[in-house]
Amino acid sequence: MIRLEDLTKRFKTPGADIVAADRVNMEVPTGEICILLGPSGCGKTTALKMINRLIPPTSGKIYIDGKDTSQLDDIQLRRNIGYVIQQIGLFPNMTVEENICVVPRLLNWDIRKARQRAADLLDLVGLDPRQFLRRYPKELSGGQQQRVGVIRALAADPPVMLMDEPFGAIDPINREIIQDEFLKMQAELKKTIMFVSHDIDEAVKMGDKIAIFRAGRIEQYDTPDMILAHPANAFVADFVGADRTLKRLRLVTAEEVATTEVPVTARSTKVSDALQQLTVARARRAVVIDSDHRPVGFVTAEEMAGGSGEVRDFAHPLPATVPVRADLRAVVSEMFAHDTMWLACTDDHGRFAGVITQPDVTAALRATYGAGKGASDQARQQGSGRDQGAP
Amino acid sequence: MEILSFIANNWQVILRLAGEHISIVAVAVGLAILTGVPIGIAITQNRRVADAVLYVASIIVTIPSIALFGLMIPILSKIGQGIGWLPAVIAILLYSQLPIVRNTYTAITNVDPALREAAIGMGMTPFQRLTRLEIPIAIPVIMAGVRTAVVMNIGVAAIAAYIGAGGLGVLIARGISQTDPRQLITGALAVSLLAIVADWALLRLQKRLTPAGLKR
Repeated sequence: MIRLEDLTKRFKTPGADIVAADRVNMEVPTGEICILLGPSGCGKTTALKMINRLIPPTSGKIYIDGKDTSQLDDIQLRRNIGYVIQQIGLFPNMTVEENICVVPRLLNWDIRKARQRAADLLDLVGLDPRQFLRRYPKELSGGQQQRVGVIRALAADPPVMLMDEPFGAIDPINREIIQDEFLKMQAELKKTIMFVSHDIDEAVKMGDKIAIFRAGRIEQYDTPDMILAHPANAFVADFVGADRTLKRLRLVTAEEVATTEVPVTARSTKVSDALQQLTVARARRAVVIDSDHRPVGFVTAEEMAGGSGEVRDFAHPLPATVPVRADLRAVVSEMFAHDTMWLACTDDHGRFAGVITQPDVTAALRATYGAGKGASDQARQQGSGRDQGAP
Repeated sequence: MEILSFIANNWQVILRLAGEHISIVAVAVGLAILTGVPIGIAITQNRRVADAVLYVASIIVTIPSIALFGLMIPILSKIGQGIGWLPAVIAILLYSQLPIVRNTYTAITNVDPALREAAIGMGMTPFQRLTRLEIPIAIPVIMAGVRTAVVMNIGVAAIAAYIGAGGLGVLIARGISQTDPRQLITGALAVSLLAIVADWALLRLQKRLTPAGLKR
């Protein structure tokens, strides 16, 4: 757990004092990722760097797991906090192994234990230790370097990690991959993480909570869905973007929305039996599956009405299928691409896992709006106290 | 031909003089590394001090060596060392400060700020940062400064023959005073050769000392 209490930073410059962080109060529960989000110069990085005292706070308190960190000396404090920066900062004179072992060695770990840890961590991010331990940073691609940067911060198993735009310098394709990997890792490791970003999409994807900063103050601190559905004020609404409802599509997976109670039928089923089945189910169409339960097509009641023979004679191919793990943005994108109102979903083995329709998607978005109503009023009140009020 | 036979007949003398020459430069530059590198590191803490130190080091280099030897005679005479080996070493020690201090300072200040931030953020003490990160990264540039100092001062040491320091300059000085081109040319060739060999050897050393991760 990280708790910030009235954390304030004033810089003296010739002319005027600049308040980079103004009485910041927030708490990140153990095992959660909190994204500090905002435009450049909003104080998010200052707030982050005050936690490991790269920037000394002017006033206020920082607690880690309930302990007041002002009681610790700088060096001890930093060795117990993982730190990842955008520029990665791998030491070019050290091998990958030596880089990962830096903090364990500073903490006087046994060299064999530190090396074992380095190998394990490389494995964790899918880099073969035999191949990578002895390499130098310049021999790695940008994505590999950033993976090593992240595991270097994890090496001494700190309970808390600070990440300053860690994936900012990576190309968009690799960034997505590394973000996914990191989330998978975090699901196991459950670190308490403060993560600075200026990218709302990244924040929505990575964050359990998002704190939106402006001019050294927190404008709103809430879950991604609440921030997108109920921005506390005009600034937040503007910052998250006019397409914020579309961004919320990323927060829901197809699995949560798909209907599984859909009639399915085999290609060899008699048309009369299929029609019977549709009538009983009060459905207009059935999904055709093969012997491995994979969706291969669909039939409609209208077309089969009065017909004879087997289902295969009336079956249409499916325009596309989506994995149930896909988020709704991908689902909607497929729907638009194939000009269809519905799509069949498949599980990890390609088996039929339900159907998702456009009304299902809009209903899912509406549900979150409704559910968040009470909390949103609260958020608005908090926001309006210091800003121009609700949009 | 004459020169070759001169060399053949006097190679023992030439080797002895070369040995003296090397000892002057090696001791002086060795001491210059021991002083110049710490100075170069220390001045990274303060920009104004750095500017002042580098300014003074630059001025020292502009003093002609013969004048510097002259200046030292009355001072070092007080300990009975007005001429000879000691003033030669001191002069070269002073001349070597500029390339070594400047290269050390430049190399350390040019270490990527991101690396420094990562090192601080990971909990390295300033000393650990210096020994584990900054100096290893600075080594190639510091060594380049040492090479400059050595090559430059092999020439300076030749002039030190005039204050009785010995070395290959003795051949040149005698060649001039005795109008003997054989000695003059042999001395000049030997000094040049020594400079070339020293530079090559130090380049090899520089490459060996450069951390593997920094090699191209």
